[in-house]
Amino acid sequence: MKLINLDYLSANPILPEVQEAMITAIRADYGNPSSPHQLGDLAAEALQKARESMARLINSPTPQEIVFTSGGTESINQAIKGVVLANSKKGNHIVTSNIEHNAVLRTLRRLRMLDYKVSSVAVDENGRVNPADVAKAVTDQTILVTIMHSNNEIGTIQPIEEIARITREKKIPFHCDAVTSVGVVPVDVRKLGVDLLSFSANQFCGPSGVGGLYVRSGTVLWPLLDGGVQENNKRAGTENLIGIIGLGTAAELALRDMDSRIKHCLSLKKKLIQGLKNTVEEIFINGHPDLSLPNLVSVSIKYIEGEGIVLMLDEEKILVSTRSACAAGALQASHVLLAIGRDFADAQGTLVVTFGQETTEGDIERFLTVLKTVVQTLRDMSPLYKK
Amino acid sequence: MYSSTVMDHFKNPRNVGEIENADGIGEVGNPLCGDMMSIYLKIENETITDIKFKTFGCGAAIAVSSMLTEMAKGKTLDEAKKITNKSVAEALEGLPKNKLHCSNLGADALHLAIQDYEDKKAGIVRPKPKREDKHDHEEHEGGEQCTCPYCNIEVTEDAMFCTGCGHMLKSLH
Repeated sequence: MKLINLDYLSANPILPEVQEAMITAIRADYGNPSSPHQLGDLAAEALQKARESMARLINSPTPQEIVFTSGGTESINQAIKGVVLANSKKGNHIVTSNIEHNAVLRTLRRLRMLDYKVSSVAVDENGRVNPADVAKAVTDQTILVTIMHSNNEIGTIQPIEEIARITREKKIPFHCDAVTSVGVVPVDVRKLGVDLLSFSANQFCGPSGVGGLYVRSGTVLWPLLDGGVQENNKRAGTENLIGIIGLGTAAELALRDMDSRIKHCLSLKKKLIQGLKNTVEEIFINGHPDLSLPNLVSVSIKYIEGEGIVLMLDEEKILVSTRSACAAGALQASHVLLAIGRDFADAQGTLVVTFGQETTEGDIERFLTVLKTVVQTLRDMSPLYKK
Repeated sequence: MYSSTVMDHFKNPRNVGEIENADGIGEVGNPLCGDMMSIYLKIENETITDIKFKTFGCGAAIAVSSMLTEMAKGKTLDEAKKITNKSVAEALEGLPKNKLHCSNLGADALHLAIQDYEDKKAGIVRPKPKREDKHDHEEHEGGEQCTCPYCNIEVTEDAMFCTGCGHMLKSLH
């Protein structure tokens, strides 16, 4: 029986073309991009090529506005801590939403320990932020607004353009965590009007451990890592060139194939949601019905707990996630699901199903068939289920 | 993540279900802490002749329930009272550290069910057993350290936030 991966969010498969580019790069034995000799020049060229590919994917005006990092988490930490530290004489207030990823939440929690104040804007039942609430939350002490582009648990896409209009008018730096969006749906930094935007290569079928931060020219931030002058003086340390080359190739493919990938995923998503509604009673589909990621379905299944479902599906060679994989060890109901009005018990029974170009209709059908049995087995064991 | 014994009990749980007209019922946990467990006892001559469970919870919680019922079945009440959360966890060849916190409801549910039986026998009428609102550290046996469920480092029981990751812990106490 073949393995059915419906947990792309935890780890996207690396595309064959990306693997090829990385293996070629390893064999080419590049030097250090900072060296002035010929090996260094070759490395610097490869680095620049990847930077240009990445800039094209998010329509960044100049490739120099892309800072490569070790991934989404570092980018988010860099954006938030970097802007806050550089502007701490101007104010001490940060505005965010209450459905952000832990990389944002815990970074802000850390800053609160240093007496920074954080306002967290609520979302509606579909998980959307109202830009007017952001406008209301901003004060003359606000030095950063950070709101995600799309949510990693429910897929809802936020009105980033409208929020950026508010922050630009008030001249407040705006960071957008776009880790689950970049390479999946169109993300255009010029159109969005954001100052900083985080992304990760693995979300668009590149390698893990590499990502980046878009930093609009003129945005003042302190580097997290001090040392050499790499990445336009914004991120010290010799570049992860092999990873960055993989990222560059993945970015080219994501741009080339975006329309067909979205079309494929949307058709699977429709089939999956319809199938869930027909197969399992008493469920909620979470997230906005239209304004959401094409490759993600979040479903809350009443009376049972998610880890049990994941383990039983795993026995049948079907891989899914309950809440986000990073939260799986946390044993607490997801803050995102509570924010959109699920109760504690329903939040515990939530699966996040994510897929991609390689996923077939047959995979979705098999998932639905097995899920039906698993849900019944666990419900028969549950003291909450009375039938 | 789990030992093979845990996986065996999770995949093939023993004694799932309810007992009609049970002699003792014990219910513990709440969805906030992730797990809820109900234990049903049939008691003859102060011996547990049948035991069933229903559990809402993770793989560990289900395995704990299943193992507990196997350990308690056929035991006298005095013997069953000696079953602790620690001995259930040991019989399962251990549980991940961050699962000890919320999965160790098994022995508590069993002891409540025995209490329920003894109360009924003594003619004590108590209000219908209510699910505990809060997770109480005093209930835990075996002296396991309180660990932060977010980063898994050891914290003191009255810690407001974790010294490792900064996560607020107050709501857990």
